[in-house]
Amino acid sequence: MALSDFQPVIGLEVHAQLLTRSKLFSSAGVAFGAAPNTHTTPVCLGFPGAMPVLNEKVVELAVRAGLALECRINERSEWSRKHYFYPDSPKGYQITQYEFPICEWGGITLEVAGKRVQIRRIHIEEDAGKSVHDAVAGLTLVDLNRVGTPLLEIVSEPDLRSADEAVEYLKILRDVLVSVGVNDGNLEEGSFRCDANVSIMKKGAKEYGTRCELKNLNSFRNIKLAIDAEIARHVEVIEGGGVIVQETRLFDVARGETRSMRSKEDAHDYRYFPEPDLPPLLVSAEQLAQGKASLPELPQARRRRYVEQLKLTEYDAGVLTADRELSELYERCLAPVGDAKKVANWFIGEVSRLLNESGVKPGDVKFTPAQFAALLHAIESGEISQNAGKEVFASMFASGAEPKDVIASKGLAQVSDTGALEKVIDEILAANPKNVEGYRAGNTKLLGFFVGAVMKSMKGKGNPKLINELLEKKLEP
Amino acid sequence: MITQSLSELSAALAKRELSAVEATQACLDQIAATDDKVGAFLRVDARGALDAAKASDARSTRLGPLDGVPVALKDMILTAGVETTAGSQMLSGFVPPHDATVTARLKAAGAVILGKTNLDEFAMGSSTESSALKKTHNPYALDRTPGGSSGGSAAAVAARQCFGSLGTDTGGSIRQPAALCNVVGLKPTWGRVSRSGVVAFASSLDQVGPFGRTVRDAALLLQGIAGRDPHDATSADVAVPDFTAALESGVQGLKVGLPREYFVEGMDPEIAAAIRESAKTLEAAGAQVKEISLPHTRHALAVYYVIAPAEASSNLARYDGVRFGHRTEGAKQLLELYQRSRAEGFGPEVKRRIMLGTFALSAGYHDAYYVKAQRVRTLIRRDFEEAFRDVDVILSAASPTCAWPLGEKLDDPLAMYLMDVLTLPCNLAGLPGLSVPTAKSSKGLPIGAQFLGRPFDEVTILRAARALERERDLCTWSPNP
Repeated sequence: MALSDFQPVIGLEVHAQLLTRSKLFSSAGVAFGAAPNTHTTPVCLGFPGAMPVLNEKVVELAVRAGLALECRINERSEWSRKHYFYPDSPKGYQITQYEFPICEWGGITLEVAGKRVQIRRIHIEEDAGKSVHDAVAGLTLVDLNRVGTPLLEIVSEPDLRSADEAVEYLKILRDVLVSVGVNDGNLEEGSFRCDANVSIMKKGAKEYGTRCELKNLNSFRNIKLAIDAEIARHVEVIEGGGVIVQETRLFDVARGETRSMRSKEDAHDYRYFPEPDLPPLLVSAEQLAQGKASLPELPQARRRRYVEQLKLTEYDAGVLTADRELSELYERCLAPVGDAKKVANWFIGEVSRLLNESGVKPGDVKFTPAQFAALLHAIESGEISQNAGKEVFASMFASGAEPKDVIASKGLAQVSDTGALEKVIDEILAANPKNVEGYRAGNTKLLGFFVGAVMKSMKGKGNPKLINELLEKKLEP
Repeated sequence: MITQSLSELSAALAKRELSAVEATQACLDQIAATDDKVGAFLRVDARGALDAAKASDARSTRLGPLDGVPVALKDMILTAGVETTAGSQMLSGFVPPHDATVTARLKAAGAVILGKTNLDEFAMGSSTESSALKKTHNPYALDRTPGGSSGGSAAAVAARQCFGSLGTDTGGSIRQPAALCNVVGLKPTWGRVSRSGVVAFASSLDQVGPFGRTVRDAALLLQGIAGRDPHDATSADVAVPDFTAALESGVQGLKVGLPREYFVEGMDPEIAAAIRESAKTLEAAGAQVKEISLPHTRHALAVYYVIAPAEASSNLARYDGVRFGHRTEGAKQLLELYQRSRAEGFGPEVKRRIMLGTFALSAGYHDAYYVKAQRVRTLIRRDFEEAFRDVDVILSAASPTCAWPLGEKLDDPLAMYLMDVLTLPCNLAGLPGLSVPTAKSSKGLPIGAQFLGRPFDEVTILRAARALERERDLCTWSPNP
């Protein structure tokens, strides 16, 4: 048997940090990279008598995320305590949602396979602190800045069948969360974290195999590598006559393999029970309506609209909608122009190039949609050439200058005066009698030579369209 | 002066007949004279108290009836800058950075905080004997317990060391010591008073409440601490009435229920008789007394001793030796740090309850214990809902026995747990309850009557208790420690 005889089965748990200014249950600020233990209150520190008070902004963001992921939003959900002893968990328990999460049964549709991956639940919970091992030799230091940072845990059904599907699911999920403004999508800083449950079964089998949970997956690349490595390990173990043991495994990036972290026997008994310090979480009809109203067009829907209504290619639509700000700038620039394909070409070409080079965000560009439209009009009307247009745009991009001012100051306007053009053409024809003869004898390819010669003589400022027309007329036998 | 009630002192302060400093000094003198025998206080903050008293005297306008009144706080209640231990070695030396909301409210009302009173360790106990720090004696019989867990707060008021105090009540820890010490003790409705800044024992049951020598004193203190607190999400957004307005309006037409399940086996017959006598007194004053049934009462003790330890095992997980409190010396491993810090820092009763609670919540037992206990809790609550369709208040004893000799039940946890049997159903249902002195036993020991009311109807139980108090006049019965 080989890998092709097996069917991998994958489910994902994503922890996404919510974009709030303060923590889930305390007024302490949320900050990445601050000096250790400077963003804490007695609530974060688990001091005696300190009680959690819900940050309402979190509910707003969770509702919006749930709606964007097509979930049912539960009118009433409940907080629970999850117990374990660890120095970065000051209370000895984490406040999370267990039996009754805020969102249930949504999903994401994969573009490639066109299949629906179900989201079983989304719940809100507080993040733990960080234990720093051996920063000082022989000591573990504890930084509680991150304690109580609000997280969404988004749990998929085991509907994914390959590492590629898993990565695609995660990319779409991240796009959605970023585009509705609940998460910054940063895997490296850990604000979008993923655990993968991986198992394999024989093709055609009905029952899933034993699963292992993979942790420490901090990039899309590592997620793919880790899942593929784990699938390969399962195949090898089973083919060797062994059995997979349910356990939590860590991906070792350097070795490209997973290794055991803790077995099921070591698994904690979390002793969940409802949090008596918090009333049940109620989502009102009004909050739900506000959530719906606040929902922007999601990246996938926007991409479909670009293909179906604007008649862009899948590729163009994909590039333009990958970044919410870019697509918004595109639409603002498209409005006064109207030609979706032409504007898309500019965006995929010059606009993207200059954005990348300068590091400017699409929302912060200096040029206005009106200036952009004026530039395209100048090219369309023949006032400037396509190439001159790129030069004008670079100036507009850098300084926000008006295109007509750039054209004037740089002398980029094309010569469209028929008289002036005819004068140059006559000189060129007179200087090249053999080629004139050749053309008239049927070698029409020589037209390019004449155009080039005229342009050269005019230092590139001749209107190529007019030059062509005039040349063709004059060269008629 | 110290024989006056809080209300009388307050009136005298208002008329400037005496000063807050004089009142405070009188309390400090009484503490100095009596506390080596009573042992009510763990810490006396004489300087802080006198400073607060001076500030009160300096105010041109009084902040209210508590301005300048010396009071004491159970050592479960955080006091900024003043050590708060919960009666445990685990928190020995812990100085909180903030006041509890109730502390802050008393200070804002001008009250003078004399110090912190003794209690069972983390409020777990019924005799104040599980305190890791000292023994407290009943001022009316020094060889006997003051009850618990708020024994220090009850004894301090009884011994005229302060004019009122605050305790916490999770299963009777205010009402039972009030009954044993001949004072009034009120456990408000769950949610009536903020728990923010109060060391948690069992969050769904805990509630802060006052001790006073009179019903009016308790009502005035409750007035000072009640109401919604943004720092406690479970504090109720319910209007706070004037708790003293209807105190003297009597019990004409009031329907009083006597639950037959509260006359329990093993109860002191003198106490049972005193409660029936109390019912007659109320009847004579115009109340309608009827016998009622609360059929699930017999399960309350079992339910309580699953839920309270379960929540305690969770609430006490934070005492791990990492950030504050006791930390063992020389631990090499993390697990060793936890195990030794907790083994050294907690006393036997606390350990017993942590183990009980951890067991009740653990996989495989969770449904049989915790979930089932919650279901029965609902039935107990419904018993009360049903009863309060017919009656306005429920009358019973607050404790099945009078104060017992110190040490008597110390080796018998079950006998100790039985002391809460009449008070803890009220906590399970979240209702208000109070204990008011109603008799003196043949041995000269105090007997208290308990009134239970509808949620957020403290006004009615205060009124009923006041009617009984007026007939009994036990508040002038002073101990002589």
